[in-house]
Amino acid sequence: MTTMTTEDLRRVLIECAGEAEQDVLSGDIADVEFDDLGYDSLALMETAARIAQDYGVQIPDERIVELRTPREVLELVNNSLAQS
Amino acid sequence: MSGPVVTGIGLLAPNGFGVERYWEAVLEGRGGIGRITRFDVSRYPARLAGQIPDFRAADHLPSRLLPQTDISTQLALVAADWALLDAKIEPGAFADYDMGVVTSNACGGFEFTHREFKKLWSQGPKAVSVYESFAWFYAVNTGQISIRNELRGPSSALVAEQAGGLDAIGHARRTIARGTPMVVTGGVDSALDPWAWAAQIASGRVSRSADPRRAYLPFDSAAEGYVPGEGGAILVLEAADAARARGAHQVYGEIAGYAATFDPPPGSGAPSALRRAVELALADAGMRPDEIDVVFADAAGVADLDRVEAEAISAVFGAGAVPVTAPKTLTGRLYSGGGPVDVAAALLSIRDGVVPPTSGTTDVPSGYRIDLVRGVPRAGRVSSALVLARGKWGFNAAVVVREATV
Repeated sequence: MTTMTTEDLRRVLIECAGEAEQDVLSGDIADVEFDDLGYDSLALMETAARIAQDYGVQIPDERIVELRTPREVLELVNNSLAQS
Repeated sequence: MSGPVVTGIGLLAPNGFGVERYWEAVLEGRGGIGRITRFDVSRYPARLAGQIPDFRAADHLPSRLLPQTDISTQLALVAADWALLDAKIEPGAFADYDMGVVTSNACGGFEFTHREFKKLWSQGPKAVSVYESFAWFYAVNTGQISIRNELRGPSSALVAEQAGGLDAIGHARRTIARGTPMVVTGGVDSALDPWAWAAQIASGRVSRSADPRRAYLPFDSAAEGYVPGEGGAILVLEAADAARARGAHQVYGEIAGYAATFDPPPGSGAPSALRRAVELALADAGMRPDEIDVVFADAAGVADLDRVEAEAISAVFGAGAVPVTAPKTLTGRLYSGGGPVDVAAALLSIRDGVVPPTSGTTDVPSGYRIDLVRGVPRAGRVSSALVLARGKWGFNAAVVVREATV
């Protein structure tokens, strides 16, 4: 079964929206808020679009802006993958 | 009232990456026009452009900005960075709401949009980048410069094809007169992907010559169109008293006058309004024609338009009475970037006491009655200059720059 890892999300974030100037993405980012990682709502919408393409999981725009950390995104994506 | 002063310049041109390298190239007659290398241009009827070689946005801008910006915006952001650096605006010198941004753009984010359109028709709408929502847009350079540098004062964007860069400078001057002490202004364009190139050729004015030295010959009897280029300039413009108050380390000169006019509809038989733009800009500066030391021409490179410009200049100044030049023959026409680059060149002419030459043009019809500076730079005191720019569909703009008395 496919799952999305923190590493996968890190890669998607960088591809979609670039990397913050400070090296905030290098450590354990699972519980760091997107604001602190330097990603705004547009960056997350772009990321959600890529997740839909690559993993087939649709995250509605109104839902994506509620997700505050990588862990919350990964839980949503992986729960959805487990049910499919 | 004395006009605002230019205290910083950031410039990227096909023949010079940075204002001093550009100026050195202009005085040495080194050009940046060549065959397009960004894509296979062999099946297009026009193949020459002024390209900025080896630009790598990642060397100059943070990673976060790269997926959301077209090359035109990347160039504009770098030019703005350099202009602010050149002006040495220290943090806290102005409140954020006292710094505005007024830029012009003529082409938008063509390359970015082309890429997203390919995704649209090959993968569907969900594959299109959310950043397309603003990356294509004429106002995006103003917005991105504002966000990156925390300039939150009155800001705007002007679109007037190739005249817009001067309109931006004129509106920045107006913004300062209304009470904002510092405005970052100018214009930058880049549209050299296949879609943009097709759109440029569709204007009917792009030169189809294959010889970089003979392709763009404004005011020449052999003129047969212009060569497009990419790049532009961003200036830091400050109220003279604000520049004095913060102890600005340099002042390039004053934006002393500005005017814009619009041509009558084609076929009306009425004359071009370019001459009126010249007269209005001089009146705005409170100057007589004989006080202007050099004219930086629009230099369309299209015979009918060259004749109109030559007639306007000789009518206002007298036959052959003022030196006329077009250093853009070395870069190609830079759309919104053309006017601001010429304003920068005019300010450097004042600084260094030299008028840069027009490249390529050799045979000026005697009926044009203009003193076109050709071949080598012409040394001599320059205390003021008139800069002209025209945009397709009738835009005329004129800016007067003058030695500052700060």
